[in-house]
Amino acid sequence: MIGVGKIKQYSNVLDKPLSKGKQEVSLSAFAFLFSELVQYNQTQVDNIAELERRLEDAGYAVGARVLELLCHRDKGNRRETRLLGILSFVHSTVWKVLFGKVADSLEKGTEHEDEYMISEKELLVNKFISIPKDMGTFNCGAFVAGIVRGVLDSAGFPAVVTAHFVPMEGQQRPRTTILIKFAEEVLQREARLG
Amino acid sequence: MTTTACFIIVSRNDIPIYEAEVGSAAKREDAAQLHQFILHAALDIVQDLAWTTSAMFLKAIDRFNDLVVSVYVTAGHTRFMLLHDSRNDDGIKSFFQEVHELYIKILLNPLYLPGSRITSSHFDTKVRALARKYL
Repeated sequence: MIGVGKIKQYSNVLDKPLSKGKQEVSLSAFAFLFSELVQYNQTQVDNIAELERRLEDAGYAVGARVLELLCHRDKGNRRETRLLGILSFVHSTVWKVLFGKVADSLEKGTEHEDEYMISEKELLVNKFISIPKDMGTFNCGAFVAGIVRGVLDSAGFPAVVTAHFVPMEGQQRPRTTILIKFAEEVLQREARLG
Repeated sequence: MTTTACFIIVSRNDIPIYEAEVGSAAKREDAAQLHQFILHAALDIVQDLAWTTSAMFLKAIDRFNDLVVSVYVTAGHTRFMLLHDSRNDDGIKSFFQEVHELYIKILLNPLYLPGSRITSSHFDTKVRALARKYL
């Protein structure tokens, strides 16, 4: 008979310990989920800028949580207060946990003081996606740009983060660059802290 | 031993998202408001101090009569503030660390909007139990 037997005790999530987390997650499962996310958002918007903004907002929520979790789990409760510190945190720790490897490169922009770039030969989220010609400069890496923006914003370094394709000679697929442009107050505070 | 203690969690945008009177002393009506006022006044000090150190536990940062304000800042700049009259630094540090773990579990909920009020009654129960244990 349905309903007979021991009633299952649901324990509250607050009672369970914070686990180390699975080291590996199925790539195909993630690719499927991400493609559904992009397709769902495509039906909700009328233009490309709105689609990029939605992907970025989805990433922002992830970034805010990733920052708190990783600082507690991997960094033994030490916060980042300097610009270079938070950038190297994103470039190595965050990338390693999310994508299994550190980012390919971290560069400082040459034209402007407040620009930094994280480059990746083949961004995981773009691996199985091809952009049709009529979508112009749209880049699904906007999701990763949102994650980076979430991390930086929550840590107190507000910035504008965007994802761009950079064609490379000798390679068929272009490189993806995450461009980070920090707000004025971040540079002022950095200068004040010396 | 009766202790007065008021615990507040303040988000990055200076909005209180959780508050609790966790002392074992008898509660007075006006005391609760005074406690909250003292804690809000200490926010300015926390803001400056948070950028000078990479540690999360900033010990006693302000005093008012015989009450002391201790603060713990998380990576996302959420501040745990405790107003108390005891001198038990280690107990307070352990209390903050345990509440930090609870806070991370609440934050990991994808349906929880970061910076909004924490309404879980289970969270409330656990925080009060931790306060009885460590303070």
